[in-house]
Amino acid sequence: MSETTIGGIARRMPKFIRRADPAVLTAFACIVLLLFVGSLYSRSFLSPDYLLQQLKVASFLGVIATGMMLVILLGQIDLSVPWSVATGAMMACAAAAYGPVGVALAIPFGIFCGVAIGVVNGIGVAYLRIPSMIITLATNAVAQGLMVVYTGGFSPQDSATRAMRYLATGFAIPGVPNAVVIWALIGAAMVFVLTRTGFGRTVYGIGNRERAAYLSGIDTRRVVMIAFAVSGGLSAFGGVLLAGYASKAAQSMGDAYLLPSIAAVVLGGTSILGGRGSYLGTVAGVILITLLQSILSVMQMPEAGRQIIYGVVIVAMLLLYGRAPASR
Amino acid sequence: MKDWRYWLAEQRGTLLAFGIFIVMFTIYTSNHPAGFTANVVQTASNKGVLLAFVAMAQTLVVITAGIDLSVGMIFLLTNCLASWLVIGTGIETAFGVVAVLGTGLLCGAINGAIVIYGRLQPIVATIATGAVYFGIALLLRPFPGGSVNEDLADALTGRLFGVVPASLVVLLAVVLVVWVPFSRSVLGRAAYAAGSSEIAAYMSGVPIRRGKFAAYALAGLLAAIGGLFLTFFTYTGEAAYASGNAYTLFSIAAVVLGGVSLFGGKGSALGAIFGALAFRTIGDLLFVFDFDPLWQPLFQGIILLIAVSLGAFALFRVRNRLEWFL
Repeated sequence: MSETTIGGIARRMPKFIRRADPAVLTAFACIVLLLFVGSLYSRSFLSPDYLLQQLKVASFLGVIATGMMLVILLGQIDLSVPWSVATGAMMACAAAAYGPVGVALAIPFGIFCGVAIGVVNGIGVAYLRIPSMIITLATNAVAQGLMVVYTGGFSPQDSATRAMRYLATGFAIPGVPNAVVIWALIGAAMVFVLTRTGFGRTVYGIGNRERAAYLSGIDTRRVVMIAFAVSGGLSAFGGVLLAGYASKAAQSMGDAYLLPSIAAVVLGGTSILGGRGSYLGTVAGVILITLLQSILSVMQMPEAGRQIIYGVVIVAMLLLYGRAPASR
Repeated sequence: MKDWRYWLAEQRGTLLAFGIFIVMFTIYTSNHPAGFTANVVQTASNKGVLLAFVAMAQTLVVITAGIDLSVGMIFLLTNCLASWLVIGTGIETAFGVVAVLGTGLLCGAINGAIVIYGRLQPIVATIATGAVYFGIALLLRPFPGGSVNEDLADALTGRLFGVVPASLVVLLAVVLVVWVPFSRSVLGRAAYAAGSSEIAAYMSGVPIRRGKFAAYALAGLLAAIGGLFLTFFTYTGEAAYASGNAYTLFSIAAVVLGGVSLFGGKGSALGAIFGALAFRTIGDLLFVFDFDPLWQPLFQGIILLIAVSLGAFALFRVRNRLEWFL
């Protein structure tokens, strides 16, 4: 729809702009706008230190949103993110209680638990054909129940290992936080998978029309299943990083990531119906949301105001460019 | 024609939910130390109607093949609002009740307008509006507190003639005043039609937009009735994020247990009500069997997982593999 309305103007623009998704451009324009507003508010807003700090905070959301994007590209959604994040963080910390082997295996074990949640989601969606929204809500509840039993029934270890702290807050490359490097690596891998592999093509294909993808001889169920497993794993990895950042795991640490991860993907121009979207857009969405949160906290906006502004901004931006076509 | 067969096929989900509820409640009361007394029934129904109202709200939206993930937050928001407004003399209290219900209706209407006229996906739109409603609730009650007209609260949560729980009577009244007229009206039919096949309904000239809008708006109203009742039970308002989320989640569970199809166009609010009552009773079973309360969230989660997996039985009826991908 948007292509036809602005097509006339776009034809006269340079090629790289013409090829870009209007949604991604809008998102980047909003980032510039936010930076401008922020710099009016505080002089130090545009300093490299502050921006790098923002990028570090964004990378936790970025890792989680990467998995969410993969699932949304399929036309599904993963609402088990909150407790996948918390499970990843809590299980990684819990593993650390079991001696040196536990410490060494803490990070893989945390991710593994997230993958396990994702596999249950994947089986439900791909093989049992349960709507993803429902099965992921249910696994979210089960994961929450398991964690409540775990923390209440046994004495939990909730402090992060040194490796986790290093991943989240260390500097392997001077000046660049490790978390940013990790996000860049995961993002690069995602871009490669989406644009250069058959798996990526299939993901877009299923998002457009699963029947057609199935009829062209693809085991669509396996692809859906893998996507959910990856999403669960990345959520848990995000949780591991968060635990490293805060150097401990907490019960409701994932709650704050559900809406932002969906919003980042959708604001970045990925269609919630699946089949359309680029990772660059998700990067833009993640940065946009992190900056918005940051400005609100610099303005010392109370939690209530943040929630309101947040929801309003997301609805407003979606109304700008995320509308479904007026079919029929 | 054997009319009763069609009736049975249509009501199968509702009857099943009713059956589950009866079985669960029988197990519950027979193991309860106090047994089947008016007190136990009153407590159980007071807890159950909260979820029943929210589940009824969810049903309306689910029938149109949508979903309302903000329903728990509307419930919280109206709870917080009621803890400010539903107080004072009779007239003040009445105005307060009207204002609370109007707020719920408005919240639902906003959801409907964004989803239908803004053409956004219900999931994303209602998660975002849910954040807004929660934010407003937090503004109203940064800390738990407030009060409510206790005479009214006690009257509506007590017993009629010493036997019948008043909250159940209110639930019945709401079904008769809101659900029955809606489901029989043109708008209600339009909501069902939009849920089963929007394009076909549109082609046949059914007012699907108005029908869907009415469904969303009434969902807000029903959630507000739930919020009002929460205030009557607790005498306070509290903006607890986890509680709002839990109600959204449980409302979906209740809808599924109640035989309402998540793909839209099928099911009734009565089914969802029994689904909600059954779900609550299942949660309470842990207590009469002396389980650690710690296990309750896990238990409820597993019940939810099983309930939603039941939908997979439809796969056994699939004859052509392409029917997987409807």
